[in-house]
Amino acid sequence: MRRTPSRSPRRAPRPGRVLRGVGLALLALVLAGCSGAQTMLDPQGPFAEAPDDLFKAVMVVAAVVFVFVQGLIIYTVVRYRRRSDDDELPKQVHGNTRLEIVWTVIPALILAGIAVPTVQQVFALAEEPEGAMTIEVIGHRWWWEYRYPDSGVITANELVIPVDTPIHLEMRAEEAGSADRGVLHSFWVPALAGKQDVFPGRITTLNMQADTTGRFLGQCAEYCGLSHANMRNRAEVLEQDEFDQWVAEQQAPSDVAAAFAELTPEQLEAQEVPEGVDEQVARGHYVFQSNCVACHGQISDTAVASADDFVPRTGPNLTHLLSREEFAGAIFDLYFREDPDDPNSAFTDEVDVELLTSWVRNAPSLKAMRPGDGIGMNSFESLPQDELDAVIAYLLTME
Amino acid sequence: MSAAVEETSLGLDNRKLAMWVFLGSEFMFFGAFITAYLMYLNTTAGGPDGEIFDIVYTSVSSFVLLMSSLTMVLAHHAHEQGDMRRMRMWILATAFQGLVFVGGQAYEFTKFFKEGLVPTASPFASSFFVLTGFHGVHVTVGIIMLLGLWSYSRVGKVKASQPLKTEIIGLYWHFVDVIWVIIFVVVYLIPWG
Amino acid sequence: MATTTAPPQARSRSVFSRPTALDGFKGYLATTDHKKIGIMYFWSVMLFFFLGGVTAWIIRAQLASAESTLVTEEVYNQAFTLHGLTMVFLVVMPLGAAFFNYLIPLQIGARDVAFPRLNAFSFWTFLFGGLFLYSSVLFNAIPNGGWFGYAPLSTQIPGDNMAFYAVGLQIVGISSLSAAVNFITTILNMRAPGMTFMRMPVFTWMTLVTNFLLLFALPIIAVALFMLNGDVVFGTQFFQPATGGDPVLWQHLFWLFGHPEVYIMILPAMGIVSEVMPTFSRKPLFGYAAMVFAGVAIGFIGFGVWAHHMFTSAVGPVARSAFGLTTMFIAVPTGIKIFNWVFTMWGGKVKFTTAMLFSVGFVSMFTIGGLSGVTHAIVPHDAQQTDTYWIVAHFHYVLFGGALFGLVSGIYYYFPKVTGKLLGEKLGKWHFWTWLLGFNLTFGPMHMSGLLGQPRRTAVLPAELGTDVALYNVLSTAGVAVLTVSASIFLFNLVTSLRSGEASGDDPWDARTLEWMTPSPTPYVNFYEIPEVTARDEFWERKYAEAEDGSLRPVPAGASQDHDPSTSPASADEHGDEFPATAGGTATVDTSGNAKASPDDVALPEDEALAKATPDDHGGDTEHIHMPDPSYWPLIMCVGLLPLGYGLTFANPALLVVGALWLMMGLFGWILEPVAEGDDDDPEPSAAAA
Repeated sequence: MRRTPSRSPRRAPRPGRVLRGVGLALLALVLAGCSGAQTMLDPQGPFAEAPDDLFKAVMVVAAVVFVFVQGLIIYTVVRYRRRSDDDELPKQVHGNTRLEIVWTVIPALILAGIAVPTVQQVFALAEEPEGAMTIEVIGHRWWWEYRYPDSGVITANELVIPVDTPIHLEMRAEEAGSADRGVLHSFWVPALAGKQDVFPGRITTLNMQADTTGRFLGQCAEYCGLSHANMRNRAEVLEQDEFDQWVAEQQAPSDVAAAFAELTPEQLEAQEVPEGVDEQVARGHYVFQSNCVACHGQISDTAVASADDFVPRTGPNLTHLLSREEFAGAIFDLYFREDPDDPNSAFTDEVDVELLTSWVRNAPSLKAMRPGDGIGMNSFESLPQDELDAVIAYLLTME
Repeated sequence: MSAAVEETSLGLDNRKLAMWVFLGSEFMFFGAFITAYLMYLNTTAGGPDGEIFDIVYTSVSSFVLLMSSLTMVLAHHAHEQGDMRRMRMWILATAFQGLVFVGGQAYEFTKFFKEGLVPTASPFASSFFVLTGFHGVHVTVGIIMLLGLWSYSRVGKVKASQPLKTEIIGLYWHFVDVIWVIIFVVVYLIPWG
Repeated sequence: MATTTAPPQARSRSVFSRPTALDGFKGYLATTDHKKIGIMYFWSVMLFFFLGGVTAWIIRAQLASAESTLVTEEVYNQAFTLHGLTMVFLVVMPLGAAFFNYLIPLQIGARDVAFPRLNAFSFWTFLFGGLFLYSSVLFNAIPNGGWFGYAPLSTQIPGDNMAFYAVGLQIVGISSLSAAVNFITTILNMRAPGMTFMRMPVFTWMTLVTNFLLLFALPIIAVALFMLNGDVVFGTQFFQPATGGDPVLWQHLFWLFGHPEVYIMILPAMGIVSEVMPTFSRKPLFGYAAMVFAGVAIGFIGFGVWAHHMFTSAVGPVARSAFGLTTMFIAVPTGIKIFNWVFTMWGGKVKFTTAMLFSVGFVSMFTIGGLSGVTHAIVPHDAQQTDTYWIVAHFHYVLFGGALFGLVSGIYYYFPKVTGKLLGEKLGKWHFWTWLLGFNLTFGPMHMSGLLGQPRRTAVLPAELGTDVALYNVLSTAGVAVLTVSASIFLFNLVTSLRSGEASGDDPWDARTLEWMTPSPTPYVNFYEIPEVTARDEFWERKYAEAEDGSLRPVPAGASQDHDPSTSPASADEHGDEFPATAGGTATVDTSGNAKASPDDVALPEDEALAKATPDDHGGDTEHIHMPDPSYWPLIMCVGLLPLGYGLTFANPALLVVGALWLMMGLFGWILEPVAEGDDDDPEPSAAAA
């Protein structure tokens, strides 16, 4: 069953947040109404708020300095402009040591004032918070994969987390299951935390926590080649009980997958149709077995495995494809939007089968990829139409 | 115009100053290679590691290179004395020792190749070959300069009154030697592992 | 200085004989004259600036609408990579070099740089390096890994794209490195008598600092590029995670070069502004010593901030804090400079020429870039800002609002020096105001789109970022349209002023420093007589004397013993007449037509009327001023870099051998060329001919 995420309307700003924003009068004026789910100005958790407070404080100082310096420049050029008939030379002043000291020391003091909380925060944010839930984040060209070691869940694009729980991300980059050909990416959900680069063959960490439920946008922020622009991600923040339910659903095999799990190897060999499964869907299963598993892995109840069994893969785990709202690095909507013209409106329950079909038929024509080099999805133009339809029917059972 | 020397602001010949300035840059160049090498000291990807180095063999060729600095000094001294015959002799001796060193390096490299230490083997191998290889290139350039100096002095293009030319080439040559001392210590003497 | 030369007939005409062509096309190919080299730098920069503008248009056109499919991801990635490379390495850096070349010998009272042929070599290497990089278009291999070329992506992109990047930058780097050695030597060693370090013009100081930065930063990028070249083309393992190679090593090496590079770009502009501001305020530079030390401090600290480009990389909290601190404190010397500029104007009589407008614009815009720069030092928040348009806005305010405004100010200021004509003031003001408007319209909104979450280097502007972000992007694109109009005004102004600009006279701005003591356009020999320097603003001190009441009064021409007669205007053609070319041989001084700094500076009537003095009247024995001879060898030698470069790009041993042999041949030709120039310490020149 597809989870209906709580897409709460944008919350009214809390009083504290309003206060913090006061100093930013100038900026706020420009920002009025500028929310957008990828803004870094509207933090939704402590790991984003702390830097934001510091930034906004510095922006106040910067605004003062800006007004002072620009005012000084304007005053000077107006006050001391040369009149056309004025040929008198001005007093030849060479400098003033006292002034030099003033404008060396005062900026230095201001900067020292900024430096202290900055350094404190650097260390505070780097520490793994107590009671944090660890999630592995793996950057692929060009999509994000998430693995939950506690529950064995493997998913993609949409990072599902419970509200008010500190999250500790352990991140790395991979390609086709090995770090050998991975490149740098950077994981970023501005509302929840700053970004952190991910590397092949090395673990980096990032802490985040959401104070509120909702859906927050992000995208890869370190240039990772051809389709860097098409590598987006989201954080879906759920209430704890919703999250637990989501985990349980992810752990359970889909009906179709469960039915196939009942078959003996001989029956599978003979491409038999399990009881209660539509014939076309069953055909789709076998087409999938011969065309898709090499990259996406088996669709069965073993796809959701214990942390030790995580299978390296080139493409995302599709076991619960329909539990996700977007696909292909979160650049395409799997479900129609309520308002087709608003890319941020809520999703309906209707799957965009046509888009999904054209993706499976010829993915490289929809998203720039390099399947020839093993990066990204192949074109399946050569697949007969009926087989394609069968695969789609099969995919549509992966709830 | 020898007068030019007195006319410069620092009282130093332009070419000599430029060589010093250039060598400052060269220090950064080798510094970066040495840093990379140190970083990758143990990154051998299962391939050959520092055990492969033959310290005795390289010590001998290093000694030859060091001695060439001495003959370079002698050449400059002879040039200053106006003794062009001896200057040419010492220049040839210096170039010869440089050739021995480069030859030794070439032999060493082929030996390593046979034992599987090739530039594509591992980050360790890559940084070893690039570091020592670029040093070898510097020695080779020095040899070419020395041989040029030798032949020009034979045909009279470099005169007894121009010890500065020998001095500048000498500066370069000593630099290349000093760098080798550092490389030798870093690559061959610092214990691997 | 004066020296006798061997009679022309004593030199055999061989391949090694020196060329005598001093004017026309050949004159440029063989020139070793720092002024001509400076002019060639300038026009090459104009070409690359156009190409950089084209790439900017590709970026802005694509981002003008959300989810645009105007160009493919591949084209977009190539465009932003090439845009960065072009603007950094082929526009701002060499435009600074154009100014060093033209001005440094003039500002320190020298006749040329220390190594004129090496100087020509630097120019040709830069030009060939740029053309090499752009030749990637012919091989369908335009670099596409970003100007920062992060490994391991840069080592994995199929094709030769990143090989062109590695080799192209290497060639351009050779150019800058040889120029750095040359200019450091020149400034340290060829100052006019009396010009102590603390009497050097600030532009000369900033050039010295810049070239030291180049000297120490370039070898690091050279090492990084050799490694990348090896990984891309020859299979070495420096940055390959599979064998344990570390991508962070590339980042350290790149930014250890890359951050000083920022100051390499900005310091020359700061130097120019420090020349322009006092002149048009009619006051000395406020706090000269502080300005110099601030510049030197920026140079030093500039080597200690590189990891602030890596706050989201694999760098621990200790390093993050340390580099956050250094990044904050580099703002201090920068602030000192800003206040000193403002106080140079304070109490002055500020005249708003176009040059001055650009300088004031520089101070104002650079301040904005400086303030947003301080926010990067808030390390935790930098993790939000980095790789967004907030950063793009910041560095364009520093490099466009800063470096380019300053350098354009220099173009307006020094145009009369180079051509003897004014660069149209009326169009100039149009240029300035449209430039300022277009600049702020382009890059101002990027602050906002960045804070709202738009990342850099993304070929697609996601619609889900919201309509505000889309609007800011439309504004940015509109800004580029304004900038395009503005640049066209500038180009038109350049061309018409070159043809029929108003004659400027020798000292149109009532300037202060040595370069304005020579006639404009600058004659071939620069100074008929090397001036004796007694003061910081030497020229100004010669023009004005303090009256008894403490005010300054102009010194009547000729009244002061200090007054250098060479300031008397004299037309270029007249100088030419004074030194006829020696027939059929290499004359030591062959200035026939050579004073033509630009193709069309003809003798101006008013100059002729004023031209009472001929050089010989000044007591300068111009016939025997020893000037560097032209030479084809720098150009010939540079040609060898091309086969070498393509050999390294395509792993082609034959090309490598050809290139290496060609370079060797060029080197020997260079050395064997008959030496009539001042870099030979041969005391008996006639003996050589005998």
